[in-house]
Amino acid sequence: MKNEEEKQIILDIIKEHNQGPSSLVQVLTLIQEEHGYLPMNVQQLVAREMKVPFSRVYEVSSFYSRFTTEQKGKYEISVCLGTACYVKGAQGILDEIKRRLNIEEKQTTPDGLFTLVASRCIGACALAPAMIINKNVYGLLDKQKLTKILDTYAESTTEE
Amino acid sequence: MIDIYINNEKLSVSEDKTILEVCREIGVNIPTFCYDERLKVEGSCRICIVEAEGSGKLLPSCATQVAPNMKILTHSPKVMRMRRRLLETMLSNHDVSCLQCEKAGQCQLQDYAYEYDVDIEKYQGRKSSQEFLFSNKFFYLSRNKCILCGKCARICTQLQGNSVWAMSNRGFETEVNTPFGMDMEEAGCVSCGNCVSNCPVGALMPKFTGDKFRTWDVEKTQTTCPYCGVGCQFYLLTKNRKVVGVEPMKEGVNHGLLCVKGRFAFNFINHKDRLRTPLIRKEGELTEASWDEAYAHIREKLGAIKQNYGPDSIGVLSSARVSTEENYLAQKLARAVIGTNNIDHCARLCHATSVSALSQVFGSGAMTNTFEEMKHADVIFIIGSNTTEAHPVIGTFVKIAKENGAKLIIADPREIPLSEYADVYIPHDSGSDIALINGMLNHIITNKLYDQSFIEERTEGFDELVSILDDYTPEKAAAIAGVDPELIIQAAELYAKGPRSSIIYGMGIAQHANGVDGVCTLANLAMVCGMIGKESTGINPLRGQNNVQGACDMGCLPDNYPGYQPVALEANREKFEKAWGVSLPATTGLTASQMMEAGLKAMYIVGENPVISDPDAEHVKEVLRNMDFLVVQDIFLTETAAYADVVLPAASYAEKDGTFINSERRIQLIRPAIAPIGDAKPDYQILLEVMSVLGFENNLHTPEEIMQEITTVTPQYAGVTYPKIRRSNGIFWPIKAEEDNGTRVLHSQSFSRGKGLILPVRYSPPAEETDSEYPIILTTGRVLYHYHTMTMTGKTQGLMDIAPEGYIEIHPENAARLNLSDGEEVRVVSRRGAIRAKTRLTDRIKEGIVFIPFHFKDTHVNIITNTAYDPTAKEPELKVCAVRLEKV
Repeated sequence: MKNEEEKQIILDIIKEHNQGPSSLVQVLTLIQEEHGYLPMNVQQLVAREMKVPFSRVYEVSSFYSRFTTEQKGKYEISVCLGTACYVKGAQGILDEIKRRLNIEEKQTTPDGLFTLVASRCIGACALAPAMIINKNVYGLLDKQKLTKILDTYAESTTEE
Repeated sequence: MIDIYINNEKLSVSEDKTILEVCREIGVNIPTFCYDERLKVEGSCRICIVEAEGSGKLLPSCATQVAPNMKILTHSPKVMRMRRRLLETMLSNHDVSCLQCEKAGQCQLQDYAYEYDVDIEKYQGRKSSQEFLFSNKFFYLSRNKCILCGKCARICTQLQGNSVWAMSNRGFETEVNTPFGMDMEEAGCVSCGNCVSNCPVGALMPKFTGDKFRTWDVEKTQTTCPYCGVGCQFYLLTKNRKVVGVEPMKEGVNHGLLCVKGRFAFNFINHKDRLRTPLIRKEGELTEASWDEAYAHIREKLGAIKQNYGPDSIGVLSSARVSTEENYLAQKLARAVIGTNNIDHCARLCHATSVSALSQVFGSGAMTNTFEEMKHADVIFIIGSNTTEAHPVIGTFVKIAKENGAKLIIADPREIPLSEYADVYIPHDSGSDIALINGMLNHIITNKLYDQSFIEERTEGFDELVSILDDYTPEKAAAIAGVDPELIIQAAELYAKGPRSSIIYGMGIAQHANGVDGVCTLANLAMVCGMIGKESTGINPLRGQNNVQGACDMGCLPDNYPGYQPVALEANREKFEKAWGVSLPATTGLTASQMMEAGLKAMYIVGENPVISDPDAEHVKEVLRNMDFLVVQDIFLTETAAYADVVLPAASYAEKDGTFINSERRIQLIRPAIAPIGDAKPDYQILLEVMSVLGFENNLHTPEEIMQEITTVTPQYAGVTYPKIRRSNGIFWPIKAEEDNGTRVLHSQSFSRGKGLILPVRYSPPAEETDSEYPIILTTGRVLYHYHTMTMTGKTQGLMDIAPEGYIEIHPENAARLNLSDGEEVRVVSRRGAIRAKTRLTDRIKEGIVFIPFHFKDTHVNIITNTAYDPTAKEPELKVCAVRLEKV
C-alpha cells in the first residue's frame, strides 16, 4: 500500500464486505485479488477497520497458503502436489522449475515475472502431473513440455 | 441437577458443568495444558481426554458438557495410552533439558511425563521452529520448548486485551510469534508478563536478573502489590533473604493478572542503595549513626522546637505508601505526642478533592463500588483517567467489560490507549470537565432521560441544578470544551440509558483548582440518572497509591481524626482524648501545601518525596533547606531525604506485616517475605519508638495490635480483624460489627448523609489561562513503566530501558508552527520556571495542549506546575498550567 489511492480502494473493499470478524477471510481474499498481496500495513489497516486484533489478521493470513505477504510476479506458477500429481512425479516438476528459474518456493524471480508456489490438489488428477499459471491449467507435464510453456510465457512478455 | 458416573462413582451435578469441572470438584486429577478457567474453552491440546464408557469414545473433558447418565472413565488404559502418546509427540519436538531448565519443578510437561511413564525418545524426527525471541526486556520465548497450547495468545487477547501473540502459520510450521515477527514492544506488548506466568512449560520465561534459583528453592509469601491502588495479590518468591521473583495469585482482586511493575519491578527491595543505618547530619554531611543516637537527636531537637515555638511549628507528612497501621501511628504521633493537627499526606495531591466532595454530597469519600462489578457494567464512563497506564489491571477489566458488550465513553484531552476501544471518545480541553458534564446533564434533563423516582426518594437539590443548566446546552458546553456537541449528546444518552452505568475518574478531574466542583458534577450526573447505590454503577475515583485509601481512612488529614471524624467537632476531640489519654489540639491543622508556606520550624516526613511530587519544586527545596530540623523516614535516600537532618532507614513492604486498603475500600494484608535489610526497621516500629522517645507509651507491639486499637476508634473499621481479612483475601469497609463481613456497594439503601446532595456547580476556567506570553496548556500524568518519583521503578533496568527519560508530547501542527522536530530538545517555560524536555510528536494529543509525565528528574515538571489550589480541598492544579515552548 503505497499511496492514498491504494488505501482508498482497500478501505472500499473492507467497507463493502465487512460482516464482522467471520468475514475476515473473504475480505483478505478480495484485497489480495485487487492488491496482489497482503503486506504489513494492509493487514494493520484491515485490523483497525474491522476491529479485529492485528495478531488475528496475521494468524489467518499466515494460515492459508493462498495468502501472501510478498508482492507476486506477473505469472504465478502453482504446482500441484496433490496425491495423484505427486505419484506421477510432481516433485520433479517443481524441482525443475526451481532450477530453471533459480528460485525457491514462495519466491519471485528478480525480473518480477514468475512466482512459484506449491499447491494442494487442484482437481485435475486425470492430467497429473499438473500446474496452474495464473488461470490456465497445464497437464501431463514433463520436462520438455515444461520448458516450452515457460519459454512461451517469457517470450510473450518480451514481445509486449 | 443430573446424575453422571465418574470412574463408576455416581454423582449428582449441575448440567451446565463440563466433565473437567466436575472432576476438579471431586478431586480427580486430569492433566491440562491449554485450559484455564478464566479463558474461553479451546480444547486444542487434547491431553484432558477421558473415555465415555461403553462407546469407548475419547472426549476432551474441558470442552464436553456433562449429560444425564454419562459414564466417564478418567484413567482407563485407553486414556492413559492416548495421553502418553500425546506427551511423547510433544516431547519429540521439545528441548528436553530439564537439568538446566529453570521451569523444572513447575513444568506441567515434566510432571506429566513422569506421571504417565513416557518414553522421551519414542518419536524422533524433524523439529519445528527452534528460534528464540528476545525482544521483550523482561522475558523471552524459547520455541524449542513451546508445546503450542496457545495459552499465551489467548491470555493476551482474552484477559489482557492486547493480542500481541499470534499462532502463526499452519501444521508443522505453526509457531508462536508476533505479527510479522516484529519487536514485542512495537507489536503492542506492555510487558505485563501474564503470558509468562501461565506458560505451562519453560517456553516463556523471565529473563535472568542475577539470581539463579530452582523452583523448589524458593519460599512463597502471599502479599499485596506496593504500586498503584488496585492492590493486586501476589506471592513474593524469596531465596536466602532475597526477593527473586513474583508470581500472581488467581484468588485475589486481580484474578491472576499483574502489570509490568508488579510483575517485574521488585528488585528495589534488595537494592544496594537501600538505607541500612540511620543517618545524622554532622558538619553538613549525612553520616551513619546508631538508632540510639538518631532517637536522642530527635528528642533533643523536636523537644526544643516544640518548647520554643509551640507544637504547631512542627508538621508531619505521612505516606500513602506505608501500612494503614503505620498511618494511624503517624497521625497519633502528630496529634497525641507532638500536639498538632499539622498532619497530611500526598492524597492532598491526588484525591483530596474527591474526599471533600464525596463526603459532602454522599457522606463518604471513597469508591462506591468494587472493581469486580465493573466487568458487568453496561456503560463505563471514564473521564480524566488514563486507566491502562495508571491502573493497568483495571484497564484490562474495562477491556473485558467492553468485550462482554459494555459501551465505553472516554473523555480525555489525550487520546489515551483505551480511547481506541471507546464507543464515544470526547477529546475535551483540559479543565473543561464541569462544562462537559453539565452539558450532558442539560441534555438528560431536557429530554427527560433522568430517574425521576431516584431523584425524588434519594436526593435533594434537583430543582436548583435545573435552574443553572440553561447555560449549558450541549452547544454551549461544547463550545467551552472545544468538542462537537453531538459527542456530548451521545455520551449523555448512553450513560443515562444504562441500565448499569459506572463512572471511573482519576487525576484529570481531581487535580484542578475547582476539583471539588468537578467531582460534585459527576456525583450530580450519577444521582440524576439513578446510577448509584446499585451493583456495577457508582462513582469510582481510582486511587493512585497502594494505601492512599488507608492513609485517608486513618486521618492523616489535618481536619479529620481516623474514620473521617472531624477535628472541629468537640465530641470527637473528647472521644480521642479519652482513647489516647492526652489532651488534643482543638484547631484543625495545615495541609501539605500550606505546610510549605507556613514557615514551619520542623517536619517529620514518612515515606514521601515532596521535592519531586509537589508543585513549584524549587520553592519546596527552599523551604526544606531552611527548616531548623527535618526528619525523613524512607527506604532510600530520596531527593527529599537529602535535605534531612536525621534519616531513618525503613523496612520495605516486603519486610513487614500490616494492611493496605486498595481503591475499592478492600483491606488486604501484607506479610514479611524477608527480614528488614541492614538495620532498617518497619515504619510502625520506628514510629512506636519515636513516640516512646518523646515520652508517649503505646503498649502496642504488632500491626495486629495496632489494628485492634484502630477498630475501637474508627466506626467503619469496628468489625475488622486480621483473621477475617485472611479468610477472604481482603474485606471491604464499612465493617461495623463483629458479624459484619463488609460492604461492596455503598449507599444502596440510603446515603451515608441521608439524602444525596445535588449541588449545582458552574463551570469556572482553570486558575491559569493561556495568554500571548504563555499560549499553551501543559498537563501532566503517569506512564505505565514508572511509578511516582521513580524511587522504586528507577531501580529496575528493564523499565529504564523502555522509559529512560522524560519527554513532552506535542501535536505535529503545534510543533510545525514552532519549527520543532521529533526528538528535539525544547525549553518549557511557565510563570514559575523552566525545564527542558525532548519532543515527542503525536496526534494523540489535542493541538494547544502538551503533556509531560511527572516521574522524571531530568524533566522535573513540577518545577513549572501551578500551586493554585482548590479552595476547599487545598489540592493543587497539577493538571493545567500555561506555558510557552522555546527552541533551544
